[in-house]
Amino acid sequence: MSEVDHKSIATVMDIPLQVSIPVKRILPWAIVGALIAVLAFYFVGAEQGATHLISGMGIHEFVHDARHLLGFPCH
Amino acid sequence: MIGNLVLRGFIVGILAGLLAFGWAKVFAERSIGTAITFESAQDQAKEAAAVAAGRQPEPEAQEIFSRTVQSGIGLLTGLVVIGAGIGCLFAIMFAFANGRLGDLGPGPTAAWLAFLSLMTVYVIPALKYPANPPSVGEPATIKYRTGLYFLMMAISIAATMGAYLLRRRLVGRYGSWNGSLIAIAAYLVVVIFFFLILPGINEVPPTFPAVTLYNFRLASLITQIILWGAVGVMFGYAGTAALAGKD
Repeated sequence: MSEVDHKSIATVMDIPLQVSIPVKRILPWAIVGALIAVLAFYFVGAEQGATHLISGMGIHEFVHDARHLLGFPCH
Repeated sequence: MIGNLVLRGFIVGILAGLLAFGWAKVFAERSIGTAITFESAQDQAKEAAAVAAGRQPEPEAQEIFSRTVQSGIGLLTGLVVIGAGIGCLFAIMFAFANGRLGDLGPGPTAAWLAFLSLMTVYVIPALKYPANPPSVGEPATIKYRTGLYFLMMAISIAATMGAYLLRRRLVGRYGSWNGSLIAIAAYLVVVIFFFLILPGINEVPPTFPAVTLYNFRLASLITQIILWGAVGVMFGYAGTAALAGKD
């Protein structure tokens, strides 16, 4: 990273940005964000384990190591 | 602007997933490999015992993906997908939290948020139901175990949100420090109560190497620290830049 980049980041961080975004404006995006998160957690963490939307063991076996390592119950 | 935040969270999450993969590939896969060797040895012993007793051995489950795929592209996919999910969730939490978590700038807000999320979503549930390597866990109880794990996660999330709301009410009356301490105490009471009343899951085979179990659980914790830590720190910069820019 160049000297200039450092400066621009430092400047950006110094601007007071305490503005709270109105909840009404966040809500529609909250649904989008939460949906992506739930899908990610479900498919990596639980699909083809306790329950399944797609039959077989392909997804379970493919993400097997990540599921164990992230702490989700597996097998 | 919020769409921009979510997009930045998504990208930052993917980067965090790549970092976590680097860690997992180099360090965590060792204990997973040891656990799988143990699992194969156990399966073989079971088979040999069945043959010796004159019974038909259970047909071997067909391997869908090789270990190379599972510990390579499979692990990468899982961690990047989770990273992206965490990143999107984080952007939304940041949009709510920024300017509402007290007198913090966006960088420290993101860092605090990452710490609290790590504790709430992983550390507290894992203290009750710790991560288990392959060969630990009865296939027959998977539904029961998954249900309890997600229940513990839901309780943990509710307790953190409850403590936040409680603190906000108490701070006006008792001051910032006292209000925080009371809220934390109430939080601990709730969490410990559920630790004690929820049933334990103890399915570690008696001969499973304790050192491997410990190393695996430590590796799991560090994976989660990398994911949430990287998202928190990187989003501190990416989110700040998004807030500074126009819509």
